[in-house]
Amino acid sequence: MRWIAPIESLGRACLNGLAETGEILLLLVQAFLWLLRPPWRLRLIFKQMEFVGIKSINVVILTGAFTGAVFALQSYHGFSLFGAESLVGSTVALALTRELGPVLTCLMVTGRAGSAMAAELGTMRVTEQVDALYVMAVNPVQYLVLPRILASIIMLPVLTIVADYVGIVGGYIVGVHLLGINAGIFVAKIIEYMEISDISMGLIKAAFFGLILSLVGCYKGFYTHGGAEGVGRATTEAVVLASVLILAFDYVLTAIMF
Amino acid sequence: MDNIIELIDIHKSFGKQKVLDGLSLAVPRGQTTVIIGRSGGGKSVVLKHMIGLIKPDRGQVLVGGQDITQMDDRELNQVRKSFGMLFQDAALFDSMNVGDNVAFPLREHTRLSEKEIKRAVAEKLALVGLTGAEEKLPSQLSGGMRKRAGLARAIALEPEIILYDEPTTGLDPLLTDAINRLIKDTQERLKITAVVISHDLAGAYRIAHNIAMLYQGRIIASGSPDGLRQNQDPVVQQFIHGRAEGPIEVL
Ligand SMILES: Nc1ncnc2c1ncn2[C@@H]1O[C@H](COP(=O)(O)OP(=O)(O)OP(=O)(O)O)[C@@H](O)[C@H]1O
Ligand SMILES: [Mg+2]
Repeated sequence: MRWIAPIESLGRACLNGLAETGEILLLLVQAFLWLLRPPWRLRLIFKQMEFVGIKSINVVILTGAFTGAVFALQSYHGFSLFGAESLVGSTVALALTRELGPVLTCLMVTGRAGSAMAAELGTMRVTEQVDALYVMAVNPVQYLVLPRILASIIMLPVLTIVADYVGIVGGYIVGVHLLGINAGIFVAKIIEYMEISDISMGLIKAAFFGLILSLVGCYKGFYTHGGAEGVGRATTEAVVLASVLILAFDYVLTAIMF
Repeated sequence: MDNIIELIDIHKSFGKQKVLDGLSLAVPRGQTTVIIGRSGGGKSVVLKHMIGLIKPDRGQVLVGGQDITQMDDRELNQVRKSFGMLFQDAALFDSMNVGDNVAFPLREHTRLSEKEIKRAVAEKLALVGLTGAEEKLPSQLSGGMRKRAGLARAIALEPEIILYDEPTTGLDPLLTDAINRLIKDTQERLKITAVVISHDLAGAYRIAHNIAMLYQGRIIASGSPDGLRQNQDPVVQQFIHGRAEGPIEVL
């Protein structure tokens, strides 16, 4: 019967994965059911918007700028082989708005805010602060989870716009000032090839990734057990799972939308 | 007699570990009931059953005659509004200062103005000897101060039932006396029901109308403080006299 052990553990892993998916979706449904019932905690939502959005600006600007810059550099080397340097601008702009802007922004925010959500809710769970909410007749899903999810869905598209813009500027600086592409052509090709839908699809992706990173962060935090070690585990798992899901859903959404 | 809380034949296990094994306990309305028992014996678990934080594997939890184990979230919330609870480790919200912690139940469940809330918070903090601590964060407090801040939060709404999980553990003798007096005064002034977990027997004798002893997952003795002292069960005798030798294996 030894040959059956690996199959068994594979089966168990699948079942665990299924169970976890179910729990995550259940948390999502619970959270959104609270949208229908007062009190709507605007103050908490704004506080989370500040945390997820405003406080991530620096990271997002740095990420966007360097991504745009390096992308310009790389594509310039490629395109110059067959004399198509004029396409650098539009390549950078399309790559950023469709892919790199939303994906990298959301991965960075997952590392910053998704992990913090898991750690904060996890700490609240293991120190009985979540129980204290229940005792005081305040639903923790409504009080803790929903504001974080809403704030992330709202703020990640905003951050992505910042990343797109800064990234294109970074590409412009490298392309025009360092590599000597004509400024007018750089901009004209962007306008020629890029459509509004490239930007808006990217923003839809960002909103969706915002949902993923906050939902996973909250889920891992909310169901933390096992003291400080448990909080550490929840935080790591949240970042890993959210990042993988973002990349996987990026493929799915791209396949559906473009 | 009129029992506001009744636990009937409660069984509860965590994994393989059986913590409550057919426990029954009645808490009379408008009185103070103290639960004593060994460390790790399941006292906190009993308290959490009373407010629906833990569901029993088997058995009933009646609050005001209604079984809360059968309730949905909304009904349970309604019941919980008549409770206040002090957690063993206070469970203060560490993202809020002490003032906001104490104000939390008031902001959630009353229509008081900010000015009235401020006054109520100051009053409750004064009762637990934390005058002027509003702006402090929980992480800046000592263990005993945290406990007292948690106490102020638990009594903020002046609820009908207050559950105290070891309110005096970790306090100096003077504060212990003061907090015991506060529990007694609150109970007498508002005619509320109090359930207190305590390792402080001297204090328990002073504040309790009833004392119940938890041992091996059940209540093995319960009655007035005098009744308990005269109880001839060797387990009870060993426990209340704090002897290491006897029928209870200590280590
Ligand atoms: N959520 C839980 N999950 C698993 N085991 C638990 C849980 N809560 C309590 N236990 C176990 O139940 C037992 C009783 O715990 P409880 O906290 O009720 O003890 P206690 O009587 O309050 O002790 P103390 O006087 O030290 O506070 C312990 O062995 C503990 O490990
Ligand atoms: Mg305890």
